Amino acid sequence: MAGQPIRKPTRLEPWQDAGQAPYVRIEKVTKTFGDFVAVDEVSLSIYRNEFFALLGGSGSGKTTLLRMLAGFEQPTEGRIFIDGVDMAGIPPYERPVNMMFQSYALFPHMTVEQNVAFGLKQDNVPKAEIRDRVAEMLGMVQLSAFGKRRPHQLSGGQRQRVALARSLVKRPKLLLLDEPLGALDKKLREKTQFELVNIQEKLGVTFIVVTHDQEEAMTMSSRIAVMNHGVIAQVGTPTEIYEYPHSRFVAEFIGSINMFEGRVVEASGDHVLVASEEAGCELHISHATPAPAGSPVAVAIRPEKIALSKEPPPSADGAAGRNATKGVVREIAYLGDVSIYLVELPTGKTVRVTAPNVTRRTEMPITWEDEVYLSWRPFAGVVLAQ
Amino acid sequence: MRAVVSVLAAVLGRIGLWGRGVVVAIPFLWLMLFFLVPFLIVFGISFSESIIAQPPYAPLVEWLTDEDAGTNKLQILLNLTNYLRLTGDDLYILAYLNSVKIALVTTLMCLAIGYPMAYAIAKAPPARRGPLMMLVILPFWTSFLIRIYAWIGILKGNGVISNFLEWTGLTSGPVEILYSDWAVYIGMTYCYLPFMVLPLYSTLEKMDPTLLEAAADLGCRPFKAFLKVTLPLSLPGIVAGSLLVFIPAVGEFVTPELLGGPDTLMIGRVLWNEFFANRDWPVASAVAIALLLVLVVPIMIFQHVQGREAEGR
Repeated sequence: MAGQPIRKPTRLEPWQDAGQAPYVRIEKVTKTFGDFVAVDEVSLSIYRNEFFALLGGSGSGKTTLLRMLAGFEQPTEGRIFIDGVDMAGIPPYERPVNMMFQSYALFPHMTVEQNVAFGLKQDNVPKAEIRDRVAEMLGMVQLSAFGKRRPHQLSGGQRQRVALARSLVKRPKLLLLDEPLGALDKKLREKTQFELVNIQEKLGVTFIVVTHDQEEAMTMSSRIAVMNHGVIAQVGTPTEIYEYPHSRFVAEFIGSINMFEGRVVEASGDHVLVASEEAGCELHISHATPAPAGSPVAVAIRPEKIALSKEPPPSADGAAGRNATKGVVREIAYLGDVSIYLVELPTGKTVRVTAPNVTRRTEMPITWEDEVYLSWRPFAGVVLAQ
Repeated sequence: MRAVVSVLAAVLGRIGLWGRGVVVAIPFLWLMLFFLVPFLIVFGISFSESIIAQPPYAPLVEWLTDEDAGTNKLQILLNLTNYLRLTGDDLYILAYLNSVKIALVTTLMCLAIGYPMAYAIAKAPPARRGPLMMLVILPFWTSFLIRIYAWIGILKGNGVISNFLEWTGLTSGPVEILYSDWAVYIGMTYCYLPFMVLPLYSTLEKMDPTLLEAAADLGCRPFKAFLKVTLPLSLPGIVAGSLLVFIPAVGEFVTPELLGGPDTLMIGRVLWNEFFANRDWPVASAVAIALLLVLVVPIMIFQHVQGREAEGR
């Protein structure tokens, strides 16, 4: 998660406020194409000024959901409300919504200016005002000098900015973005992520963005809905999704994670003890779980939350043999800022550990085939029921 | 055989003409032999004088030997009266204008029928597009003449349409559509429709459907989106289809001859009469050259639009 900006703490969290009415309300929406269920009874509430991400792999139904918000598809069942208005039967050209298309869908026979002005012309905005607003938009996306060009004379990044300007020029309350950064290279993508967040905060527009890129979703959004097979697996802030995944799917989809199979030994209001043969130790987790004692669970631990050492660690937990195990380093991947270690436990389980390269790599504190100790704090693990 | 090819390859390779060169050279040679050379011959004849002889025109270039005077003369006769006749006699001008009018009406009718057809086929599910296009091309499998004769049966006084109208009681007597300008319009629109549908279909089919979604998303109603997005983007197809119909329609001979009335004046018929009835080859050649000049303008427009489109890609 390199380069992840921390959201400003002053940011509103409207989903925490019971009095706040959601701007977009999706109620038990199902969409089927023939026998295929693309979206399966999805319910979601999205609030004003949110930067909301629909995250999922291909075929997860995220794009279908977005297209239903835009009005290009009609829900087979369920209802969609935008600003309290039921959208059933309302065609795309009458919705208070604009969309930025994955392919950008710029009109090839029009100049950049004409593309941006298109939406305003449909509303019969006076000519002088159109000119001013188009100029203002092109200024915002830094394309003032390119107004007379045609889309095919622009680079991918410039086209993306034209598409953004075109979708924002009508000052929609809700902007839908379908893989907005998909066609850009990595460097440009990172830069554009921050630009999008800034624009969204400046204009106070609600953004719903569809993406398959978890890093993109984590970086930009206030909340993320992780989708899988047409169902929402989890909704939460990037931190919640990353630190407290509710299911194996979410845990494995976002970042990388180590899963230890085990059985609950002790479950109380503030902690859980899990015995795991796979881990070779007892796992102590400092949060409660609904799973009763004796039930099979998995404990998920992020690679960066595991500490590596050649010396036995000072007991992190008081009780010996908890949250600490031993293994042999089998692989090391050097990524510059961090290194990834694949450590094989005596049980055969391979554990992934990432550690920052605080010292210079040439010193090689831990190397291949070294016997190492793995340890983690009680807050590191998450208990996932089967 | 293989030896011959390799020797040929070696010789041509020596002068830098093999592979790509040959691929281009063969059609060029073909066009030179069967298009440019006949054109030059016709161009030459158009400056000649009609005589009663075989062939029925005076040679342009003659080597005159006067044995008494002991001189040899090279005589080049350029006769411009053929072209002057084209402007002097309003038969030709009327025939040209009428040809252009009939071709124009045919083109517009083909466009009016062909555009919705091409649009519907392009919007059909992909699996159905092939068979539908097949149906458009299917008439080419039977002889053009047979199809025109079939139209005679449909359009004539006691033909299919006439009988149907009488049966419904809309008309009291037989309706004669045959041997009128309308019969020519119907026949020619029928003949040239596929030439309109094919290029229109290929441009409409290539169009990105998300462009229409984008237009709708920006507040544009479907019909306006068609006018603002689909229509301008299909312009190259409209131009290509229109020229494919208009150019051969101007010089059309068979359809007006078979379906048209005696007063359906078209340049193709005038040309035929001059060649075969009057045996006045020079005037006929002049008519042909003038016709070509009339057609060069739309061809140039076509080239220009195509060039611009290629640039836009």
